[in-house]
Amino acid sequence: MKQSFINDLQKIVGEQFTLSDKESLAVYGYDSTPELESLPGAVVLPGSTEEVSRVVALCHDAGVSVTPRGSGTNLSGGSLSAGGVVLQTSRLNRVVEIDEENLTATVETGVITSALHRDVEGRGLFYPPDPGSMNISTMGGNVAENSGGLRGLKYGVTSDYVMGLTTILPDGVLLKTGGKAVKNVAGYNLNDLLVSSEGTLGVFTEVMVRLIPKPPAKKTMLVHFPELEQAALTVSRIIAARIIPATLEFLDRVTIRCVEDYARVGLPLDVEAVLLIEVDGHPAVVEEDAAAIRAICEKHRCSFFQTAATAEEALKLATARRVALSALARVKPTTILEDATVPRSCIAPMVKLIQETARKYDLTIGTFGHAGDGNLHPTCLTDERDKDEIARAHQAFAEIFDAAIAMGGTITGEHGVGLAKKKYLPKLVGEAGVRVMRNIKESFDPKGILNPGKVF
Amino acid sequence: MDYEKLINCMRCGMCLPHCPTYKETFLETASPRGRVALVRKFQKGDLAASERFLDYLSLCLDCQACASACPCGVNAGELVAEFKCEKKERDGLSFMEELVLRRLLPHPDRLETAASPLKLYQRSGLQKVVRKLGLLKMFPPGLSRMEGLLPELPAQPLRRTLQEVTPAQGEERGTVGFFLGCVMSLVFSEASFATVQLLSAMGYRVITPKAQKCCGAPNMLAADRRGMEEMARFNVELFSSYDLDFIVTDCGGCGAELKKYGHHLGGDGHAAVFSGKVRDISQVLYEGRGLLGEKLKPLPHRVTYHDPCHIAHCQGIRHEPRQLLKMIPGLDYRELADADACCGSAGTYNIERPEMADRVLRRKLDTVLKTGADYLVTSNPGCLLQLKQALAQTEPQVRVIHLTELLQASMNG
Ligand SMILES: Cc1cc2nc3c(=O)[nH]c(=O)nc-3n(C[C@H](O)[C@H](O)[C@H](O)COP(=O)(O)OP(=O)(O)OC[C@H]3O[C@@H](n4cnc5c(N)ncnc54)[C@H](O)[C@@H]3O)c2cc1C
Ligand code: SF4
Ligand code: SF4
Repeated sequence: MKQSFINDLQKIVGEQFTLSDKESLAVYGYDSTPELESLPGAVVLPGSTEEVSRVVALCHDAGVSVTPRGSGTNLSGGSLSAGGVVLQTSRLNRVVEIDEENLTATVETGVITSALHRDVEGRGLFYPPDPGSMNISTMGGNVAENSGGLRGLKYGVTSDYVMGLTTILPDGVLLKTGGKAVKNVAGYNLNDLLVSSEGTLGVFTEVMVRLIPKPPAKKTMLVHFPELEQAALTVSRIIAARIIPATLEFLDRVTIRCVEDYARVGLPLDVEAVLLIEVDGHPAVVEEDAAAIRAICEKHRCSFFQTAATAEEALKLATARRVALSALARVKPTTILEDATVPRSCIAPMVKLIQETARKYDLTIGTFGHAGDGNLHPTCLTDERDKDEIARAHQAFAEIFDAAIAMGGTITGEHGVGLAKKKYLPKLVGEAGVRVMRNIKESFDPKGILNPGKVF
Repeated sequence: MDYEKLINCMRCGMCLPHCPTYKETFLETASPRGRVALVRKFQKGDLAASERFLDYLSLCLDCQACASACPCGVNAGELVAEFKCEKKERDGLSFMEELVLRRLLPHPDRLETAASPLKLYQRSGLQKVVRKLGLLKMFPPGLSRMEGLLPELPAQPLRRTLQEVTPAQGEERGTVGFFLGCVMSLVFSEASFATVQLLSAMGYRVITPKAQKCCGAPNMLAADRRGMEEMARFNVELFSSYDLDFIVTDCGGCGAELKKYGHHLGGDGHAAVFSGKVRDISQVLYEGRGLLGEKLKPLPHRVTYHDPCHIAHCQGIRHEPRQLLKMIPGLDYRELADADACCGSAGTYNIERPEMADRVLRRKLDTVLKTGADYLVTSNPGCLLQLKQALAQTEPQVRVIHLTELLQASMNG
């Protein structure tokens, strides 16, 4: 990257926040996606919407690409840049307004998700989306990836909460979409179009999200099942009984073993599945739901059912799920965390298929995830130095994704397409789908400035 | 270096929000994930150990908050320290390092002669050297402020005044060896004396072998692995000659180092046994909490607790000190926000990187003031010095003391 261009960047954001040394570029060459790396030409950390606009305009004029980056925790290579400018939003970390009357929060997009949680929960309010990475992911990243979380089944995902966005378009112009009005049908719904655009249509600098009252009561349950099918059936039956738990999480046998090895939480090794269930709402309803859930679990031959009596106990019950990823990740150096999602009714066949595929390719794959919405995380434990095993892992995942699509599901429930899943996109959305997406991209960004090479 | 440890990092970023230097800068180069990547790229030959490269690594406080947060068991702080050690092994020690680390530290007598009387210590310029090398694992920001930092030194280091054997009071429940940290003995001898008194009151016969040497942590800070190993071997040998149930220390930094002897001295079976016996004082007191509880009398203070990195992150001890404080009748315990975030003392860090150390310290002080506590308890000499000095300047109403001092005050009523 030319020094004169770097100087221009420095004039906008300051020397301290413009990085172009070899070492810095090297560590901005990755995000949380395994195996992928790509060196940017410069990194900037603007401190205001205005600075973002000026950086993007400068890049637009110079024909240099811009890749937005929050905390770089996405799992699809979405924040990697090949020779362009990485624009890190971390310094845009102000809470602009919490409006307790209209129940909205407006924050800059570098605000960390869990910081927003803490802020609103202190006021008896609730922002439900809680991705596993919430202690470090940014709100901008959440919006750009339309992130989900453990509470997705009952409360939905990020897009269900985004009411307004401030976006810098690829030529540096500022666009405001949405607003505090709950009903709003003026023209195309640009807000929804921008959510999950993975940094390819604009750089978000502010987001306004909807808040809801914090549910007054919560109950946590942990259930063991000797048979996988019965666990899966339990999931369907709970929902058929018109109960929507806030959390309905699943661990398979491989994951259970690893969790037990790592954390010794007392899980029996002869069970095929563990469900972590949480119901919340009004105290009376919570009691009723918990009792009904217990009856359903027992009918489906659970071997163990425990309800937490206190908040501390609830934390303990949730330990197995909380440490699942750690437990798996420690087994082998390289951890490939995937995101295949199927309709709820297909959980049992999908988990079976994952287990068989693992056997066929001689791999260790543990599966855990959000059973309530069919969003599973098959996690392959491998070693990047073992090229043969890595190749087998890719083959295995290709088969798993094909199966997910065949079951009416998707290749990614929440991690996005980015670079990593580009090649699967046409299979999922069809040629027509890709064409519409390309046209949308073209109309927003004719020069291809923003996050080129991603999604399709 | 063990390449295995580096590739275990899956770049998930879970460590980032816990890293003090990332919180201040938002820079990937100042994050644990970035530091692991830098070292890894060096190992692979993609990056050279340029001045800038070393500058990035030296911003790490080695507080190991990242290790507590990492799902994969990666310890970025330790990896950076190991990298520095390996580099030092190739480059060799400087003259001053040689003098302090190899000639002075291994000989407590010479150290004490140098350090006391204080005037000699301060005037000889030795203080500067000692601090620069992190002998005291803990000096606050800026060399210029150094003189104001040292609390009044005790007339005699505890190592000189304490008898080798302190008998148990009441029924004897066992024998423990007491590992006397250099700084605890030299500067905080009252706290360490309280530690011994508490152990004795709990029914332990306390043996304090006089010949013991520094734990070796300062050597590790200066990336002098060989010096550390020599000290470790000596201490292991010395303590192994007694029949001890535990080896107790009230210095977080020593405890963390002593627990690693087994690992450092790989093949040495005695070292592993030694490390297996090491306990932080809070662990031993908590174990005997039934008996201790009977002896504690009311204290009316508002108290909060700062987790030293070397206790919380390096030894995983968080529960015991808090429970012990809560056992004191009448005490108003207030939890500190981000209690286990580094206070910025971090060995010689506050001398090498005063600007960052100040920023990290400022955060800590703000949280302390928010609790409204009039006593800030901690249990590592580095934190004690750093926080004592900082609060004495701006908030003299907040007293900073070692856990055992408060417990002893409660026991004495
Ligand atoms: C351990 C772990 C657990 C995870 N758990 C979940 C989970 O439960 N659910 C889930 O959905 N995801 C999960 N993720 C994935 C990831 O954390 C989310 O995608 C998150 O939203 C990314 O946030 P980020 O700030 O790190 O964004 P980044 O990774 O930095 O960026 C992600 C994408 O968003 C774009 N982007 C970032 N900021 C902006 C902006 N201001 N304007 C425009 N575009 C922008 C980037 O260009 C990139 O394409 C997990 C990841 C890890 C490592
Ligand atoms: S050091 Fe651990 S927590 Fe940090 S990025 Fe690597 S694996 Fe994740
Ligand atoms: S040891 Fe502390 S300063 Fe160093 S990387 Fe880890 S958390 Fe950050």
